[in-house]
Amino acid sequence: MKQYAIEVDHVSMLFHLNRERVDNAKEYVIRFLTRKLHYTKFWALKDVSFKVEKGDRVGVLGFNGAGKSTLLKTIAGVLKPTMGTVKVSGVIAPMLELGAGFDPNYSGAENIYLYGATMGFSRRFIDEKYDEIVEFSELGEFIDAPLKSYSSGMKSRLGFSIATAVKPDVLILDEVLSVGDAAFKDKSEQRILDMMADGVTVLFVSHSTERVKKICNKAIILTKGQLVAQGEANEICEIYTEMVNKK
Amino acid sequence: MSSKLSVFRHRDNFMKYRYLLGELVRKNVKLQYRNSVLGMFWTFLQPLMTMIVLSIVFSNLFGRNSAEVVNYPVYLLAGRLLHDFFTQSTKRGMRAIRTNASIIKKVYVPKYIYPLSQVLSTFVTFLISLVVLVVVILFFNIINKNPIAISWQIVFFVVPVIILFFMALGVGMILCTLDVFFKDVENLYDVFTLLLFYLTPIVYTVDRLGFEAGSWQEKLLRLNPMYGIIDMFRAAVLHSTEFAAYFNFDMLWYTIGFTVVMLIIGFISFYKCQDKFILHI
Repeated sequence: MKQYAIEVDHVSMLFHLNRERVDNAKEYVIRFLTRKLHYTKFWALKDVSFKVEKGDRVGVLGFNGAGKSTLLKTIAGVLKPTMGTVKVSGVIAPMLELGAGFDPNYSGAENIYLYGATMGFSRRFIDEKYDEIVEFSELGEFIDAPLKSYSSGMKSRLGFSIATAVKPDVLILDEVLSVGDAAFKDKSEQRILDMMADGVTVLFVSHSTERVKKICNKAIILTKGQLVAQGEANEICEIYTEMVNKK
Repeated sequence: MSSKLSVFRHRDNFMKYRYLLGELVRKNVKLQYRNSVLGMFWTFLQPLMTMIVLSIVFSNLFGRNSAEVVNYPVYLLAGRLLHDFFTQSTKRGMRAIRTNASIIKKVYVPKYIYPLSQVLSTFVTFLISLVVLVVVILFFNIINKNPIAISWQIVFFVVPVIILFFMALGVGMILCTLDVFFKDVENLYDVFTLLLFYLTPIVYTVDRLGFEAGSWQEKLLRLNPMYGIIDMFRAAVLHSTEFAAYFNFDMLWYTIGFTVVMLIIGFISFYKCQDKFILHI
């Protein structure tokens, strides 16, 4: 029996789109009475199934609007699929938007605890990792300053340091992280590569076949919410390059 | 895994995120007065100052320390503190999902944590603000003007306070669910809380209204659960020596029943709709 880190089973995701957003009661009642309350149905994902073995690094390729982000969000547990199921075994670290749980009025130090808690870490775990996080983020004495005084680079450095403090089983990467200056970028890439060397399962979303070839051993292609190809990274990248050229 | 009872899965999930709940409560309490010079003192000053203002305005209108009320400022403060907790916590709980939309869209977090943390943190501030009540009672007892007799039965104040907490949680969850779909709820609820303030005997006493005992007007007034909560609280604080005579058991059962219904509606509606939240925020 093979060990799967991620099992995506017949997942479909339906969105109701309407031209204007109805979020007040008056509008809702008027539209309900005049029967204009019909939506355009939009399937962001259509019957997507695939399995990822433990330690595989899977590149997710696709044009804009192909459903890549939706797929990652269903795997991260943010979106619940309309149909189908997603199973993930182990600790999952979604590096989708770093620092989404930060509070601007809190200091960097306080935000380490808050963001860590949002990621589901325990207090003891954050206590243990605190020094390492501060050191890696290179914030030094600024760690006690309120977050609203930070530059965007400082914020994402802190976010990256907290998110990667845990050793995850599954890592979700959206494009390559461009965190901070060149030196920090190298350092953060090295950290990701170290994790991969340790056998972490990776889902990597990208437009660049070069990067997918470099990082991944497997790949899938999404087109208009459907899974059109899956297999070895090199093969899939060639198919994708052809698709790009045809377009 | 899937055969595991869902109750246990919920418990495990709660245990995993209980530290987040603590962090959020701490954050809400801490940030409330950050950057203000007096900081935490506002928790005491704000109710004290409103008590003074309302006492000046209404004591002339409703009769200063008339026969019905032992001590009008304390009567007023007790009602105000409870009413304030209820409106503040439900309003914050109502907006909890919307204000945390950016997190909910990006990271998986059990969503009920947000309204729960808002109600809890307001509850913490409320408990701290009860110190004002103690100070004001001591003040009147020391200057010996309308002193309030105290007995051990004052501890029964916790009964309405606990009921009130769960009532606010239930109502907050209902409002929170509604607010995700219809933002109008926020405006409507502002008006409603103002109405509630005047429908509850906070600045006035029921006797002053001149309704006959058992009249329909009086029955209508008693339908408001805040009336029962505040009345029980006052029985314990203002009349602890004759607690049994002032405590109304009908009100106890009524408020408990109301709270249970609110909690059930709140949690069921929240639970049923929570997967759709993300599509609307």
